This record gives sequence, structure tokens and C-alpha cells, in this order.
Amino acid sequence: LLGAGDLDEDSWQDVEDTLLIADLGAATTTEIVSTLRSKIAGAGVRTEAEATALLRSVLVDALHPKMDRSLKALPHAGKPAVLLVVGVNGVGKTTTTGKLARVLVADGRTVLLGAADTFRAAAADQLETWGKRVGAETVRGPEGGDPASVAFEAVKRGMDTGVSTVLIDTAGRLHTKKGLMDELGKVKRVVEKQAVVDEVLLVLDATTGQNGLTQARVFAEQVDITGIVLTKLDGTAKGGIVFQVQRELGVPVKLVGLGEGADHLAPFEPGAFVDALLG
Amino acid sequence: MFSTLSDRLTTVLQGLRGKGRLSDADIDATAREIRVALLEADVALPVVRGFIAKVKERAKGSEVHQALNPAQQVVKIVNEELVNVLGGETRRLNLAKNPPSVIMLAGLQGAGKTTLAGKLAKWLKGQGHTPLLVAADLQRPNAVTQLQVVGERAGVPVFAPEPGNGVGDPVSVSRRGIEEAKAKQHDIVLVDTAGRLGVDEEMMKQAIDIRAAVNPDEVLFVVDAMVGQDAVNTATAFRDGVGFTGVVLTKLDGDARGGAALSVREVTGQPILFASNGEKLEDFDVFHPDRMASRILGM
Ligand SMILES: Nc1nc2c(ncn2[C@@H]2O[C@H](COP(=O)(O)OP(=O)(O)OP(=O)(O)O)[C@@H](O)[C@H]2O)c(=O)[nH]1
Ligand SMILES: Nc1nc2c(ncn2[C@@H]2O[C@H](COP(=O)(O)OP(=O)(O)OP(=O)(O)O)[C@@H](O)[C@H]2O)c(=O)[nH]1
Ligand SMILES: [K+]
Ligand SMILES: [Mg+2]
Ligand SMILES: [Mg+2]
Repeated sequence: LLGAGDLDEDSWQDVEDTLLIADLGAATTTEIVSTLRSKIAGAGVRTEAEATALLRSVLVDALHPKMDRSLKALPHAGKPAVLLVVGVNGVGKTTTTGKLARVLVADGRTVLLGAADTFRAAAADQLETWGKRVGAETVRGPEGGDPASVAFEAVKRGMDTGVSTVLIDTAGRLHTKKGLMDELGKVKRVVEKQAVVDEVLLVLDATTGQNGLTQARVFAEQVDITGIVLTKLDGTAKGGIVFQVQRELGVPVKLVGLGEGADHLAPFEPGAFVDALLG
Repeated sequence: MFSTLSDRLTTVLQGLRGKGRLSDADIDATAREIRVALLEADVALPVVRGFIAKVKERAKGSEVHQALNPAQQVVKIVNEELVNVLGGETRRLNLAKNPPSVIMLAGLQGAGKTTLAGKLAKWLKGQGHTPLLVAADLQRPNAVTQLQVVGERAGVPVFAPEPGNGVGDPVSVSRRGIEEAKAKQHDIVLVDTAGRLGVDEEMMKQAIDIRAAVNPDEVLFVVDAMVGQDAVNTATAFRDGVGFTGVVLTKLDGDARGGAALSVREVTGQPILFASNGEKLEDFDVFHPDRMASRILGM
């Protein structure tokens, strides 16, 4: 593998392939490889294990391991914390909302769910099922109704009943649909009339390719994303699009989804993420 | 956001116009640009490799050497090869000689199966068929309710004898769905199944058991057009697991380039039958390889 403190061409090819197959994208892959090249030249790497360790550390660094990944989900000034869950269709928003409620309830908090997806067939039922499963009330509106008013009612109800956290699930929407993106902006603004929105979590599916960056950009412009949730990491997909997303948005991945069950939510750990990517 | 392939190639080949001849070095540089464009479009790496080899071979032939505008000629070759891989003609649905025909949907979680079930039901009904939807996802919270709503919107009955949310056996429901269709004279049965990962052996076995129980005329693998490099793993796992006879690409109403179309088609050899392009039941079309080729290239 190693000749004169460097990798042979096949090994470099393997490194590049690993990164491309993990969805880091062509440009980010080139960057990581060139950083690794200069590190290897500088460090006088002798063994394959040393080279792998160096690659690991370059990747972990690229994920900005010092970023604050804590979730702001605790009440303030007697008002519940409010979290908004957003993203394109089918990525795992409703499931993540349910899992988040589970974590908070297990931590002794009271949670209220707002079903601001009034569009998709049975979306509110799905959230309500989650609510029952984890022990949280669900506020819903009429099918096809105004999502902003459901969100408003949910926060109002949460304040009235004195819950610690209100989690608002929104409809899946493609970032390319201006009308739906405007609607999302309205949901947030209406909530802000009575409470602070503590977190806007963008849910990204780990199977997503390069389009994930475009999604993140447009959602961030519309509603100021404060954290990323990377779902479906229990499959074969590596989720490497988050390298670009974190860097460009300056917003951390906070949580990962590892399955369909209520307990399949975990904090994002750059080291473990990179190990899975390389493994 | 990304520059289009034609832009890229024009840049690379600048100054070559009128030269009338590309050196092998020019072609290698061109191939590198095509490679990046395909990767940005999420075409899977092994597929990119094979594809580039094919294009290079053609580009080194006389059709490019003699072209007045080599860049244009290379783009033309790339486009032709893409359409080739994507499948020249659209294949129609295979229907049974003795009804009911059975169409089973399978794919990853959230790909768009249940929505597609409604779209297909509505589309088939519009052609004079009498489809029946079968609710065999008894796992995802309220998947059964979702299919019922979708069926209502499509004006198509839904066979849903079990409530789901973990209750009921999807294999048995599927089998009974066929009996129901025969009894009530439905000529097509659409079986909606739970989302599952390629690596989930237990769930894949369930899909295989459903398939064995309903003996489908088509098993459609439903795949999200936004998927990245994982398309190969997942398509391979479904091919080797439940097996499928056709592909449906969903969420094409976004701006993802949809390189997965190329990957899935090349890796499994199965045709892409339909394109799903919206949340509403009428947002649905047969698949057009030429449109997809232009889309992947950003042209
Ligand atoms: N394997 C796996 N499946 C997941 C995960 N998160 C969600 N899912 C599944 O993905 C599918 C879609 O999840 P939802 O929570 O309904 O997604 P959504 O973003 O709310 O979808 P829309 O509201 O329709 O846009 C469901 O089948 C979930 O069970 C995860 O981390 N791993
Ligand atoms: N924009 C857009 N959204 C779509 C399309 N097809 C499906 N969706 C949406 O994608 C989300 C998931 O669709 P479902 O039909 O529930 O997907 P599924 O494969 O049945 O999901 P599971 O049963 O959880 O595995 C929903 O929000 C749908 O409205 C499409 O072509 N375009
Ligand atoms: K994974
Ligand atoms: Mg949802
Ligand atoms: Mg479904």
C-alpha cells in the first residue's frame, strides 16, 4: 500500500471511491483527498493503519466536531419550548417528531404534538398514533385546513396546559415549490406571534444524494434552520451529503434516525458517523 | 446551481473548434468533465465508470474527429448512450390473460409507494379497469388509513381487513385480497407493502412471502429520484431479495437530476415504467427515457 511515505495510486483510488460512494460529492471528495495528501506527505505515514487513521481524522475535522449539537427543547420564561420539524416528502419528519417526543417524555417532560400536515392522507392520524404511543397529546385541524392555524392552536394549547415542549410536524414539501415554501414561512411566523421557535429541524434522509444540499439551502433561506436530523442511517446509505450541508449552512447535524421504532433516535457523533462511513 | 454538462464541455474544448480533431488527451479531459457531471447527477460510481468507458470509445472514433464542433458531438454521443441505457422504448404494464392481474409495490421507506398505489389505481380506472387496492402495510403508523384515504380520492375500493399499526399478517391480507378481487370481479389488484431496507432480512423475507402468496404479474420497485449512491445497493438488494419486474421513479417534480434512473436501470436491467411527479393522484406519467437523459445532463 505504501511507498515512500505515500499511498500507491490504487489506494488513492480506493479512498476516493469510498468518499464518492458515501455521497460526499465530487468537489468535497477532491478536497478531502488533497487535504489527506498533504497530511500524509507531512506526517511521513508508514502503514495502512496510519493512513486510515489520518483519513478518519481529516473527515472528523471536516464535520466540525466542536459545533454545539445540543437541542434547545426546554421551556423558558414559563413558556414551552417550540420545535418545528421540516423537510421534503417522506424523509422521516413525522417519525422523528414521535421519537423526539419519546426522548423528552422519558426525560420527565410533558410534550404536545401539533399536526401541521393537513395535506397528506392520514398524516394527522399518523402523528396522533405516535402521540398515543409515547404519551403526548396531539392537536390537529380539519383535513385540508390551514397548517399555520393548526400550529398556532397547538402552541396556544401547549401554553394553556403548561407543557414543556411543543413539537410541530409539518407536511413534506419539495424546496422547489414556492407556494408550499411560503406556506412554511407563514407557519413559523404565526407561531412566533405567541412564542419563540427554539429549533427548526431540517430532516434529511441519509439516502439522499447531491440534491440534499439544494434542499438545505432553500429551507434555510425560508425558515432559518437550526439543526439537521439525518434519518435512515440504519440502511446501507452513509449520509455523506451532510459534509456539504453543515459547512454551507454552518448548522450542525444534531440527531440521527436509526430505525422506525420509538427509540431509534440518537445524538449525532462525528467519530461514530465517520467510522460507519469508512466501515 | 451546477453548470450544465454542455457548459462544462464547451469550456474544456474551447479553442478546439475548427481544429476539427480531438487528441486522446482532449478526450480524456472531456471524459473527466462528463464523469463529474454524472456524479453530480447522482449516477452511481460503478455505472459512471462503465458509461465513461463506452463514451470514450465512441468519442475516439471518427464521428467526433470529423465533427465541426467536437463538444456538441460529444454531448450528442453522451445523450444517445444515456437514452440507450435508460431503455429506448417504454414498456407497458404486463397484465394477466386471466384476471385479476396483480401488481405489487415494493421499496424503501418513504419512497412513494402508497401514493403511487393511488395514482396507478386512478390511472387504471380511467382506462376502464376495475382495480382493487390491498392494504398490506400493517406496520407504518396509519399506513392503512392513508391507503383508505388515497383509495377514496381515487374512487377505488380498498381491501383493508386488518387495522395495521402492528396488528395483522400482511401475507395473509395479500392472499385474501386476491380472493376478494376474484369474488368481486376486480380485474387488477394493487398491493401496497410496507417500506423496508435492503439489509432488513426479516422484512425482505416478508416481501418474498407476499410475492409467493399473490404471484404478481408485476413487482414494481419504487425509488425516490433524489436518492444518491445508495441506489445501487438498494436496487441490488431488492432485485436479489423480493425481485422486481419494473421500476417507478418518484418525486421527479423536484430538481434532483435523478441519476438513480441510470444506476437502477444499468445495475438491474429492469425497465423504468412510470414517473411520479407530484403529490396529487394525477401527477403521474409513463417514463420517457429521452426526457430523463436531458435531465441527468442538465440540458
Ligand atoms: N429505516 C428507517 N426508516 C425510517 C426512519 N425514519 C423514518 N422512517 C420511515 O420512513 C417512512 C417515512 O417516514 P415519515 O415520518 O412518515 O416521513 P415524513 O417526512 O413525515 O413524510 P411526509 O410527511 O409524507 O413528507 C416511514 O415508513 C417511517 O417509518 C429511520 O431512521 N430509519
Ligand atoms: N413531491 C412529490 N411527493 C411525492 C411523490 N410521490 C409521493 N410523494 C410524497 O412522498 C411522501 C411519502 O409517500 P408515501 O406514498 O407515503 O411513501 P411510501 O413509500 O408509501 O412510504 P412508507 O409506506 O412509509 O414506506 C408523501 O408525502 C407523499 O405525498 C411525488 O412524485 N412527488
Ligand atoms: K448506514
Ligand atoms: Mg409526515
Ligand atoms: Mg406506504
